[in-house]
Amino acid sequence: MGFEDTALLSRILTMMTLSFHILYATIGVGVPLMIMIAQWVGIKKKDDHYILMARRWARGFVITVAVGVVTGTIIGLQLSLLWPNFMQVAGNVIALPLFLETFAFFFEAIFLGIYLYTWDRFEDQRKHLLLLIPVALGAAASSVFITIVNAFMNAPQGFEMLNGQLVNVQPLLAIFNPAMPTKVAHVVATAFMTCAFLLASIAALRILSGSTHVYHKKALYLMMKLGLVFSIATALIGDLSGKYLAEYQPEKLAAAEWHFETEANAGLVMFGVLDGEEVKYAIKVPYALSILAHGVPGEEVTGINELRENEVPIPPLWIHYLFDTMVTIGMSLAALSFIYVVAAWRGWKFIQAKWFRLLVLLGGPLALVAIEAGWWFTEVGRQPWILRNFMTTQEAATTSGNVDLMIILFGGLYIILGIGTIVVLTRMYRRNPVEQELAQREVEKGGEQE
Amino acid sequence: MTLEILGIAVLWLFLFFYVIVGSIDFGAGFFNAYSAFTNKQHILTNIIQRYLSPVWEVTNVFFVFFFVGMIGFFPLTAYYYGTTLLVPASLALILLSIRGSYYAFATYGAKINHRGYIYMYGLSGLLLPASLSPVLAMSEGGFINMVNDSPQLDYWALFTSPLTWSIVVLSLTAVLYISAVFLTWYANKAGDEKATDLMRKYALVWAGPAIITATGIIIELRTHNAEHFARIMDLWWLFGISSLLFLGTVFLIWKRRKYGLAFILLVGQFFTAFFAYGISHYPYLLYPHLTIYDSFTNETMAISLIIAFVAGLGLLLPSLYLLFRLFLFDKDYVKGKSDYHA
Ligand code: HDD
Ligand code: HEM
Ligand code: HEM
Repeated sequence: MGFEDTALLSRILTMMTLSFHILYATIGVGVPLMIMIAQWVGIKKKDDHYILMARRWARGFVITVAVGVVTGTIIGLQLSLLWPNFMQVAGNVIALPLFLETFAFFFEAIFLGIYLYTWDRFEDQRKHLLLLIPVALGAAASSVFITIVNAFMNAPQGFEMLNGQLVNVQPLLAIFNPAMPTKVAHVVATAFMTCAFLLASIAALRILSGSTHVYHKKALYLMMKLGLVFSIATALIGDLSGKYLAEYQPEKLAAAEWHFETEANAGLVMFGVLDGEEVKYAIKVPYALSILAHGVPGEEVTGINELRENEVPIPPLWIHYLFDTMVTIGMSLAALSFIYVVAAWRGWKFIQAKWFRLLVLLGGPLALVAIEAGWWFTEVGRQPWILRNFMTTQEAATTSGNVDLMIILFGGLYIILGIGTIVVLTRMYRRNPVEQELAQREVEKGGEQE
Repeated sequence: MTLEILGIAVLWLFLFFYVIVGSIDFGAGFFNAYSAFTNKQHILTNIIQRYLSPVWEVTNVFFVFFFVGMIGFFPLTAYYYGTTLLVPASLALILLSIRGSYYAFATYGAKINHRGYIYMYGLSGLLLPASLSPVLAMSEGGFINMVNDSPQLDYWALFTSPLTWSIVVLSLTAVLYISAVFLTWYANKAGDEKATDLMRKYALVWAGPAIITATGIIIELRTHNAEHFARIMDLWWLFGISSLLFLGTVFLIWKRRKYGLAFILLVGQFFTAFFAYGISHYPYLLYPHLTIYDSFTNETMAISLIIAFVAGLGLLLPSLYLLFRLFLFDKDYVKGKSDYHA
């Protein structure tokens, strides 16, 4: 098998594993915060519904965590198996955050075990809530650390290459690379946002399928409020990510925007198709690209043609659609949650209509689509580099055969794990609906009082 | 102590933890499947759910820690082992996934207690050590060749070598032995007499094969890697201590006395043997291509990793202590008197 083929196959396998892992990882980062907020609201308002919410979410969470751990372990090893040459450099320069990540995992796993197996063990609920803090911190920290590694791939620094030798390595400089602040902030904010919309989706689903219990309404309202907060944060940080790209990875931004000629007052291209270098059927938002890139309409945005002249490799132009998908979903979800929160506050009734509930139901899956689109955009947009300006994907790949076989093997595994998660989660909640559990809790309480 | 030695010692220690906690986990799965097969399932299932479910993720992190730390301290291993291990490591990953999903789907989730699943879970517990342990055989040299400047694994040589197979068999017997001794103690603590008797029997059954295969490997090495064999002979006294500890464990189990102490002696036995083996392997990570010196990372990175490690340990040790106090040493929990699962 040729050298190029293994590189392509390795890319496909990496893409599969990461696209699958990120769904679980996002839930792993965001859901502990949601559980924490629900439990805290429950304690503060002395409202058993919120406490039960936290408990039920925690039960489902264990299952997604377990699959997250499995797929995470897979990608962790696969990075060395598929990209040995890259990991050799990475080991020398950016190993510190990877290593710190394992401590974050330890921390999270230990306290998650304790939290799950100590419900009602403490007289004081607040003590139990305390156990969740290290879980949420550990999960967020692990996403911060791994995203730092990815930021380093986009904006490597903190080392020098001298005749193929790595010299003058500065681990802290490598960590605090220019891509890091926006990337880390955006990834964490989007994880929170996605989980808020996912949990809102579930509440909407229950209401749509006929449950009238106030429990679901409380969950829905709480999650839409949080969704609003985090989608605004996401959009703001996304704007900053655009400014980062304009400064440090102009080829990615230009390709995403089909921006061929360097010009000031550049407009933002949404959707459309490309005919040669001509953009057709697109919506053009005047000045918006200049604003995204530099904050003011008058500034110049570097175009593809100028970059080509300077021999900068241009990533595939179809990343435009990925960028569009992500931004459109982000804006729509911000609008949706804004309308919901305002309407709930003003007492408008249309948000209880079926069509609106259906929109809310769509929100969770759409947020997951945006996560995928965002990652594909940033990863494909880095091509042909694995380490921008230092190492190409071709150079990094393994020389070992059999990658094709592994694609089939792992593909099958992910299908089984994916289906398994859905089947087990639905079965678990269907066997024990909220109404039933609430009734049981009433009986238990009644018993205590007698 | 040089940074290189400090680095490898830390990694070896964590690998040792993984070997112990992992063996308990793998073996328990196998015994569980075996008792399901002979219709005695209820005896072990409770113990597995009470002890293994809350801690399996932590077990897994020990493994992740080892390979991430390896890339950090010895980046060149990514090149040699990463290139050659694609197939065996991928198989191990699939097996790990079966185990992880068993916990997720069968013990936390919808309680799918389908027999096929229990058997798969049990079987994967045996196949996992069998798929991971050939790496130790590879590290003895002779199986990785340089073809066009890139390392290639000679599968034929690997799978026809008696050394490989004795290491595989040792890993299996050790897993079953370690697990049985631990579960004897745990079942005894839980006051479950039936389970204690059963596990005690297994512990005695597997003690012999474990020590015989361990000795067998040393003899295999004599022909396979004379240099390593000679260094092992220099450390004969460490292996001697290990054997004495082994006898102690078997004696206590036999006499039905102090199962806790028996398990501690067992950990001591494996600790001395594991480290004696590691020390005799020094300085090679892969005979004859790679030593800990020529694969070591740069000094700045090494120092920052060690600082991170010490800081991390400060967080980790108290948390681990808390975890074990709750699930291993808490009498009510172990006996199943208190169930607080979400
Ligand atoms: C719920 C998911 C989601 C939503 C709604 C958005 N994003 Fe995003 N975006 C991500 C999820 C995401 C991500 C998955 O988190 C990415 C992929 C890699 C990364 O660093 O973050 C990302 C990357 C990413 C990048 C590339 C950064 C880089 O390559 O370094 C830019 C410029 C933006 N985003 C900008 C935006 C803007 C202007 C949005 C407007 C609302 C937006 N994103 C919404
Ligand atoms: C978890 C979310 C992520 C997703 C969904 C994702 C997605 C992808 C996709 C689609 C590709 C293929 C790109 C192409 O070949 O055109 C890819 C490549 C790759 N990604 Fe990511 N990625 C994620 C995060 C990361 C992170 C955090 C790292 C680094 C630690 C990383 C490392 C890589 C590597 C090494 C490749 C292969 C080389 C390459 O194609 O450049 N990815 N990823
Ligand atoms: C930005 C993308 C990623 C995020 C946000 C993320 C986050 C997480 C989280 C939160 C977990 C814990 C399981 C859970 O709570 O669900 C996890 C597991 C894991 N992730 Fe990822 N991850 C990402 C990408 C990666 C990549 C690229 C790697 C490989 C270097 C990786 C390696 C792992 C490993 C090894 C585990 C298992 C840890 C264990 O055994 O406990 N992750 N990831």
